[in-house]
Amino acid sequence: MTTFINVSELADLIPNGAYIAIPPEYSFVPMELVRGLIRRNTKNLSVLCVPIGGMAVDLLIGAGCVKQIEAAAVSLGENGLAPRFTDAVVSKKIKMMDSTCPAIHTALQASEKGVPFMPLGGIIGSDIQAHRDDWRIVDDPLGNGNGPILLLPAIQPDFTIFHSPLADRSGNVWVGRQRELLTMAHAAKQTLVTVERITDENLLANEQTAAGTMPALYINAIAEAEGGAKPLGLTDCYERDGDAIRDYAAQAKTDSGFDDYLAQHIYTNTQQAAQ
Amino acid sequence: MNYKPEELLISVAASLLNTPDIQHVAVGAASPIPGAAALLAQKLGGGELDVTIIHGSANNTFTDGGRELFDCAGQGRVHAFFLGGVQIDGQANINLVGTGNYPDLERRFPGSFGSAYMYFTVPNVILFRPEHSRRVFVEKVDFISAPGVSDPGIQRTGGPKAMITGLCLMSFNAEKAQFKLESVHPGHSVEEVLDNTGFEIDIPENVLTTAVPSDEHLKLLRAEIAPEIAKTYPGFAASVFNIKSAA
Repeated sequence: MTTFINVSELADLIPNGAYIAIPPEYSFVPMELVRGLIRRNTKNLSVLCVPIGGMAVDLLIGAGCVKQIEAAAVSLGENGLAPRFTDAVVSKKIKMMDSTCPAIHTALQASEKGVPFMPLGGIIGSDIQAHRDDWRIVDDPLGNGNGPILLLPAIQPDFTIFHSPLADRSGNVWVGRQRELLTMAHAAKQTLVTVERITDENLLANEQTAAGTMPALYINAIAEAEGGAKPLGLTDCYERDGDAIRDYAAQAKTDSGFDDYLAQHIYTNTQQAAQ
Repeated sequence: MNYKPEELLISVAASLLNTPDIQHVAVGAASPIPGAAALLAQKLGGGELDVTIIHGSANNTFTDGGRELFDCAGQGRVHAFFLGGVQIDGQANINLVGTGNYPDLERRFPGSFGSAYMYFTVPNVILFRPEHSRRVFVEKVDFISAPGVSDPGIQRTGGPKAMITGLCLMSFNAEKAQFKLESVHPGHSVEEVLDNTGFEIDIPENVLTTAVPSDEHLKLLRAEIAPEIAKTYPGFAASVFNIKSAA
């Protein structure tokens, strides 16, 4: 049963120490929920970037919310390195578990299928694998002469979080072709979603919209948050705000600049976010 | 016609994609020059070349989420891909993670992305690194995001074929695990390449000069490719082609 609450209540559902999965930076990133987590001073999060992190995880790291992350990469794309991430990794304020994109997708698919591990080709001989004690290389277990292969343990986050353009009153949520969101929700114990708006039409009533819809079965709670992915972009709703992200990249280069950013953009909006 | 350094690199990369072996090129994250090259090669090939630009929805026909690129490569359906490196060594090992003794890094870079998989599954990986210096082209990388070659017995259908830098074009011989200098860009010399490379390169007797982009290609690039790549990389398109994205 999906419940409808506000963003601040949604953030309250994520306790200190939770393991959360966040989608990649091009779209569907729940920035308003991330700001909510920072406002309520959430601590010791483990964050899984699926598979690449950006401004959302950089903000969480800089605000001291994160204990550990797993990602194939973290960057601000055209705006360069993610400054709080690079600083925190070099100074060892957080633990970084380096991975590679298909390993994250595959390990989530293991949880999606309810199996304890999944094989993946390639990767053997990479130092990523050399530094991952939880990964195993085995000889072709079926004895068909295919050589060694990597096994990845299933990843099961406590929460998958994302922001979508649209939900319906039954709690079904539009994901379009960003189908890793489905895998993330299937794999996680709970899924929390913010949406631009809620429609009276049932998204599953029409085959065309049903094909791009995540059913309410997988979704625990939804909050309406107009502009909830900003300053990042949201497919078919708004483009990423390049100037805002450039300003963030510049400010976040120093501790004091980052604190100013938080004061200007996150702590001041508390009232607005609660509405 | 005058051209910018980026336009030369786009033209060199596009020329590597115009071969019958390559029917589908995919372009990953943070790759504006490879993305423009793929779109140029597609135009020059009369639209026969399939191009997938992963970042965002422009020029991206994938519908199965983030995993589709890797599944598609695993199926053998991605014939060319571009990878870079903070460091690249003479065996074509690439490092996208950082410098120093991992995990005690001196400098941290974004991370390995999908390199450790794409390098094994895409038959024509083109390494791309405009900065040609000894800090990039090292004898041995500090961290192997993806290995250039593998032992026999390891399943591997892909690997590096060529490398484009700001100074030259090289090919890679997997059996010898060595790069060979193919051509030096106009205005640069073999000596300059050697001075700025920290590993051994096979130098043939006659090294060609890289072909400059033709006027026709430059016009196509500026008029048709630039607005297209701006949909994915607005900052790049603004700085190189001086256009504002309509997207």
